[in-house]
Amino acid sequence: MAELQYREALRAAMTEEMERDENVFLMGEEVAEYDGAYKVSQGMLDQFGPKRIIDTPISENGFSGLGIGAAMMGLRPIIEFMTWNFTFVAFDQIVSNAAKVRYMSGGQLKVPIVFRGGNGGAGQLGATHSNSVEPFYANVPGLKIIAPSNPDDAKGLLKSAIRDDDPILFLESELMFGLKGEVSEEEDYLLPIGKARIAREGDAVTLVAHSKSYWLAMEAAEELAKQGVEATVIDPRTIRPFDFDAVVDSVKQTNRLVIVDESQPFGGIASEVAFQIQQRCFDFLDAPIARVTAKDTPAPYAKNLIEAWMPSVDEVIEASKKVLYMN
Amino acid sequence: MAIAVEMPKMSDTMEEGVLVAWLANEGDAVSAGDVIAQVETDKATMDLEVYDDGVLLKKVIEAGASVPIGGLIAVLGKEGENPDDVLAQYGSGDGAAPTSGEAEAAEPEPAVADPEPSGDGASAPVPVTVADDGRVKASPLARRMAQDGGLDLRGVQGSGPEGRVVKRDVEAALAGSAPVAAPVSAPAPKPQPVAVPTPATPRPAPAPALPVGESADTPMSQMRKTIARRLAASKFTAPHFYLTMEVDMQATTALRKEMNAMQEAQGLGKISFNDFITKACAVALRRHPAVNSSWLEDEGVIRHHGAVHVAVAVAIDEGLVTPVVRNADQKGLAQIAAETKDLATRARDRQLDPSEWEGSTFTTSNLGMFGIEEFTAIINPPNACILAIGGIMDVPVVENGEVVPGKRMKVTLSCDHRVVDGATGAAFLGDVKRFLEDPMLMLL
Repeated sequence: MAELQYREALRAAMTEEMERDENVFLMGEEVAEYDGAYKVSQGMLDQFGPKRIIDTPISENGFSGLGIGAAMMGLRPIIEFMTWNFTFVAFDQIVSNAAKVRYMSGGQLKVPIVFRGGNGGAGQLGATHSNSVEPFYANVPGLKIIAPSNPDDAKGLLKSAIRDDDPILFLESELMFGLKGEVSEEEDYLLPIGKARIAREGDAVTLVAHSKSYWLAMEAAEELAKQGVEATVIDPRTIRPFDFDAVVDSVKQTNRLVIVDESQPFGGIASEVAFQIQQRCFDFLDAPIARVTAKDTPAPYAKNLIEAWMPSVDEVIEASKKVLYMN
Repeated sequence: MAIAVEMPKMSDTMEEGVLVAWLANEGDAVSAGDVIAQVETDKATMDLEVYDDGVLLKKVIEAGASVPIGGLIAVLGKEGENPDDVLAQYGSGDGAAPTSGEAEAAEPEPAVADPEPSGDGASAPVPVTVADDGRVKASPLARRMAQDGGLDLRGVQGSGPEGRVVKRDVEAALAGSAPVAAPVSAPAPKPQPVAVPTPATPRPAPAPALPVGESADTPMSQMRKTIARRLAASKFTAPHFYLTMEVDMQATTALRKEMNAMQEAQGLGKISFNDFITKACAVALRRHPAVNSSWLEDEGVIRHHGAVHVAVAVAIDEGLVTPVVRNADQKGLAQIAAETKDLATRARDRQLDPSEWEGSTFTTSNLGMFGIEEFTAIINPPNACILAIGGIMDVPVVENGEVVPGKRMKVTLSCDHRVVDGATGAAFLGDVKRFLEDPMLMLL
């Protein structure tokens, strides 16, 4: 094991895959000369040269389409977005082309591409730069979505994503790029897409949380443990395909579920998980499923308001007590 | 199909109820929330509301009849509908084994008791799990567990929101334990307080003086039956022992005089000696968790309660009730006084909500005002102890070798030896005495 930052784990995954397969290349704003807006691709231009580490103009729709075309022709592009907020101008390329080409060509064409970048709220960035895009894209069949919460998962899952033959959206976080953690040094460290990680086991309540929210859930679980309530925490790691089986297995033990999800509540990831779980294990539920999400408004700018808007540890504890009938 | 109106479970200890008076007639149109009758439970007279709109097709029982929980009281339906299918479902045309009650002659014309209660009709007086259409509110898990265990959920009191039956309730029911007091530290959501209309309930007329030598039989009231059952169970199962101490009430008497002068200046009610004792017990209970406990046979545990809820025995016409001053350790004397006075007044008018006499962790009983010097009380289950309070007596005491006037009160703690041992009880009682002899200590 080696201790790496989240950004270093991403870099290690890309570097290893580029060394392994010459069809893999990285393209995006500031990825080459500037070493990456968040220094994820630091040093990669020197190692792989300008043919494989490519700076683009500010033109998300253009370079996304370029990447999709390259993937259809047999290359394996990694497209870095400075943040996922900027993909809305490339929405048509991702939704109409990347997601649909394999289906519409009857399997003659495939699109092995990875789109990656920072997702979700990252402090006082205002309403337009604080979107959690999971619900938008998870609604589209044909896309796979991965949102790792730690450096080890980031490395293992990004390597698997680059080798996958379908278009993958890889959701990172500006607030987690500096997060340090132990990362496997196993050669060819690949983690399975679509498999949840049980981070903590308890019999009282199941907490499901991905990406940054995972850390809220873990902190809430530690607080609850001090009050004698042992929670299971499940990090789904992949949003689509979602590992519902892992959640079902746990809810059958605990009879209670709280979903922590930083995206907006209406039609969000938490909604879908709640639907699936009540469908699959209705007879095991002892309380209505609870969720903790962003509030149903545009992200505010003021510091106190954005703090109130984002999910918090206190809200997770409160929701857990509610499903435990402790309040 | 016509709808059955059943006898609801209106308190934890209720097993049957007496229909005291009908407030609606057959053929009357009623809407959800309307009060159609008054029911006497073991502790109070409560309103029977309907949960559906329709016409009162049939009164199945007469006023004065006693019906077990779940027994048929009336049938609602559409105008002209035939109630027979519902009656058949409940076994007979004449309802659920009504036992004869008080003479009907005792029932005067009910002085109009607000036949259309104002807008707030949705609020039920108690968390009744079973709506009168027979639907049980239960979590999916609770339903499955009940089915697997062959348990009828209609007999289970729900502790979840709005009386929802949840896992822990089914577990308790399957384990055979009566669904008593939910854990006191996490009280179930309180049912909304309901403004009970001033009862037009016919009060039992004072018994006529008997000619010398003749005996008279009175039917056992629900309350007397409950007192009999609970206190006998307590005395037979909890091994009682008793500790008596004498308390010098000089300082409390002086402080009370001072505080009441301040209360009066603010137009507030007086603080009684009993309020001081409630406070002293509450603060002492906080320091002696072993006394603030319950022996829970069915769960196989002794529970140390997280909250201190002190019940105060109040004598009423037919017996007694024990309303609870919640979190008394955290309340000031003025607040304890105001709450106790309000609870006692409403207890005497039989207007307490069941939630107000449930969930105590300790009880006091005061007979001082009747000239009793000291007595022993029976523990109020599931409490571990009860304090019996005698009167404050003017007695000569010896101080510094001289006989001077003193004020002394004797208190006797009855302890459940399964939970509290002699030394534990004595230490608790010692603190109560200390707080009353130097009351500033408990006000700090």
